[in-house]
Amino acid sequence: MGLLDIQNLSVDFQTAGGLFRAVDGVDIQCERGEILSIVGESGSGKSVSMLAMMGLLPWTAKINADKMVFDGKDLTKISKRERRKIIGKDMAMIFQEPISSLNPCFTVGFQLGESLKLHLGMNRAERKKRSIELLELVGIPAPETRLSAFPHQLSGGMNQRVMIAMALSGDPKLLIADEPTTALDVTIQAQILDLLVSLQKEKEMALILITHDMGVVAETAERVQVQYAGQRVEEQHVTGLFTDPHHPYTSALLNALPERAVGRKLPSIPGVVPGQYDRPTGCLFAPRCAHVQDDCHGNVTRQSAELGNALCNHPLNAKVTA
Amino acid sequence: MSTAINAVDLKKHYEVGGGMFRKPGLVKALDGASFTLDAGKTLAVVGESGCGKSTLARLVTMIETPTEGSLDIEGKPADSSSVDHRKAVQIVFQNPYSSLNPRHKIRTILEEPLRLNTDMSAEDRGKRAAQTMERVGLRPEHIERYPHMFSGGQRQRIAIARALMLNPRVLVLDEPVSALDLSIQAQVLNILADLQAELGLAYLFISHDLSVVKHIADDVMVMYLGKVVESGAAKDVFANPRHPYTKALLSATPNADPVAKKERIVLTGELPSPLNPPAGCAFNPRCAYASDKCRTSAPALEKLGDVEVACYHPVG
Repeated sequence: MGLLDIQNLSVDFQTAGGLFRAVDGVDIQCERGEILSIVGESGSGKSVSMLAMMGLLPWTAKINADKMVFDGKDLTKISKRERRKIIGKDMAMIFQEPISSLNPCFTVGFQLGESLKLHLGMNRAERKKRSIELLELVGIPAPETRLSAFPHQLSGGMNQRVMIAMALSGDPKLLIADEPTTALDVTIQAQILDLLVSLQKEKEMALILITHDMGVVAETAERVQVQYAGQRVEEQHVTGLFTDPHHPYTSALLNALPERAVGRKLPSIPGVVPGQYDRPTGCLFAPRCAHVQDDCHGNVTRQSAELGNALCNHPLNAKVTA
Repeated sequence: MSTAINAVDLKKHYEVGGGMFRKPGLVKALDGASFTLDAGKTLAVVGESGCGKSTLARLVTMIETPTEGSLDIEGKPADSSSVDHRKAVQIVFQNPYSSLNPRHKIRTILEEPLRLNTDMSAEDRGKRAAQTMERVGLRPEHIERYPHMFSGGQRQRIAIARALMLNPRVLVLDEPVSALDLSIQAQVLNILADLQAELGLAYLFISHDLSVVKHIADDVMVMYLGKVVESGAAKDVFANPRHPYTKALLSATPNADPVAKKERIVLTGELPSPLNPPAGCAFNPRCAYASDKCRTSAPALEKLGDVEVACYHPVG
């Protein structure tokens, strides 16, 4: 049985101009010890769907799901108190900007100790010992002295390591990393990605990596889910996705990568992601799609797993056309 | 081919801290950069945060004056009081959300450079603004709108249009696409390539994204802690990096191909503090090839095959 099973998740935000659907019927499944990557551009609902699962969205958000099961517990049915026991322990999350996710008023040691006290009920001495172990685990040199450091005294890469240590404090079964390296330099990004993957292997936890960087996806993920304008448009194994994308959006996105360009001119996708007021009927990608046909403005069918679960009436298939 | 910019040994040092009894520290933000930028060419400056690439942009656009070294714009020493020089060099910033004034209409934003630097009539200014809007792929009738009514990619086009208003010879592009989504990034890069072909602009392209640099640049200059460590034609540098830092930087950049197996050099440690840089070669604490010589004296940039490298133990 899978660790995480979300079916038909929708999130609507109450805005001045009416309801805005940020996540539109998304399914997410994740097995134990698996690396799942969710890719998409800004506004594709990749962060919001994870925040909804963590219960971190403000009250203006309306969350609906047919099923939201984590580790055998249905998150939509349990009380807030019980949910708080899971979140931060079995299910942890790290964010894009480490410097703004840490509290500038407290030392690293205090912030690490907080979750150890709350979730594991450790006393002061145990907490200190465990904090040092955790900092060592994420590769911070001289962990004893770092415990009394404030976040502003550490670099961006070090702060992200502290965030990872905090997330690992409860031995999570699932770690959600929301753009963990976007704010970091490339050489530090390589260090953090290597650390995440090695920890994932060592602890046998599941890792959901949210990113917009196709390079990061190609190098770390096992299974990839592509989102566009709040919908899941494709889901495939990583090698299949890069060699044989089925949804026109995935294919266009890959072609827009500068490293795949043949000439001086990049094949770009015309137009922009639809917003609140110009959401098309039928396929949301249709106005920008190069393969659009008349029936794309009506109902859209979900293809089979061989065709990458593509949400498309006319999926691409390299094997057939080749 | 005409030389747009010629810089020799540019340096910019800042004094930080200090008080009544304490001597201020010296940050060598840029410590000796020499380069030539020809019309119609793109020179990319690559490096991590704190390597001095934005300081270089500020010097070339004459926002700051160099501590040492000389900067020539179109054959004459840079002079920030010269209208011609101010017109010749324009800049596009990284974040189009903060580089456009939210209280001004696009018309005001685009016409401002003309109002300040030329004596064009209001009618001519309006015409020119509309033309430039079209040139960057925006609808001229949107000129009465405000910046918040545009998406990130469209705003970056407005920022590019504003930079083009005075017919510059050189555009300094400070991370112009790193705040944009992938599909939008391709659109903006295409516009930049078109404009260069059409107008013969010289680009000083500052970026940390090596895949973008590889696509757009003619020449590359790799910087580390204020110094140039390697420079040469983009194809040579990417095909055969000679400096250990360039090699590590290239291998650390994620490759969007899950099948390609490659050795990854993961650098240990982080960028040292520019207030207290290591003795000798600035890269020696993180370098796998560092010897005693590297820890005592800093290597100078020397010609090595097709490129220039500042290293005692070049690789490859």
